[in-house]
Amino acid sequence: MSSPQPRIGVVQFPGSNDDRDALWALAALDADAVPIWHAQTELPDLDAVVLPGGFSYGDYLRCGAIARFSPAMSAVAGFADDGGLVLGICNGFQILCEAGLLPGVLRPNESLSFVCRDVRLRVDRADTPFTCRCRPGEELVIPVKHGEGCWFADKDLYEELLARNQIVLRYAESVNGSLHDVAGVVNERGNVMGLMPHPEHAVDPLLGSADGALILASLVESARDRVLAGV
Amino acid sequence: MKATVLVRPKQGILDPQGEAVESSLRQLGFGVARARIGRVVDLEVEATDPAAARVEVEQMCEQLLANPLIESYEIVLRENGA
Repeated sequence: MSSPQPRIGVVQFPGSNDDRDALWALAALDADAVPIWHAQTELPDLDAVVLPGGFSYGDYLRCGAIARFSPAMSAVAGFADDGGLVLGICNGFQILCEAGLLPGVLRPNESLSFVCRDVRLRVDRADTPFTCRCRPGEELVIPVKHGEGCWFADKDLYEELLARNQIVLRYAESVNGSLHDVAGVVNERGNVMGLMPHPEHAVDPLLGSADGALILASLVESARDRVLAGV
Repeated sequence: MKATVLVRPKQGILDPQGEAVESSLRQLGFGVARARIGRVVDLEVEATDPAAARVEVEQMCEQLLANPLIESYEIVLRENGA
């Protein structure tokens, strides 16, 4: 019997620009990837949701500040509340932080420069639904492209996150001034993750690295496990 | 009522824009010890009662206009036409 194809929705906001790459990459990794329009008030039957990169609502006010109030985001918050898997990439990470679904905030890069290049990352946790294909401590090469990726949390919040083991990825080099080089975090429950690097741009050696496929294949596998478990 | 909301980076929060402007002002020869950059939002609200208007604008700040993790805000109210 062939394994079931998990259905993964990719939310398209006005100003999203990595939605199609995310759809393509998820389909290449054997998911049934479907676009979700931001004005949809309800999600179809999904096994996971991806919030893609881009500049939703022009990044007006603060990155992600307007998108978090879109109808689809209320549905995504409900989906996450029910334990559904949600992955936010770049602008998607910013939206999840603004929505309070992930801790911290993403601020302008310390250098004030837009950073667009491959960066080295270290996997701090390989036991999440988003990193289960990685090894703990493994180094990944995945591109970033952002002007506001400097993750920040105050001291108390950061210590809580450390104690709860919520830091999943860190930069292994200087990138944007992010607090303690944090590149990706997960919520307390472990079903919502955000990261600034773009795994969907690194799924084929022709693109310079296929390490992003480890992250997305982890998501596809975890979503498939949920289908099999009848969740 | 009219309301002006001043949103500022909280004390101790790194403000790279402010630092860049501070260094440019020094290069121009100005004696500047510090520059911090925030945001101004001018609003005309429907409420006519100052207390009610303030409560409403505070809610706007908490929900959207400022991110309480990194920003503080100040509300200045005045009558329409003032």
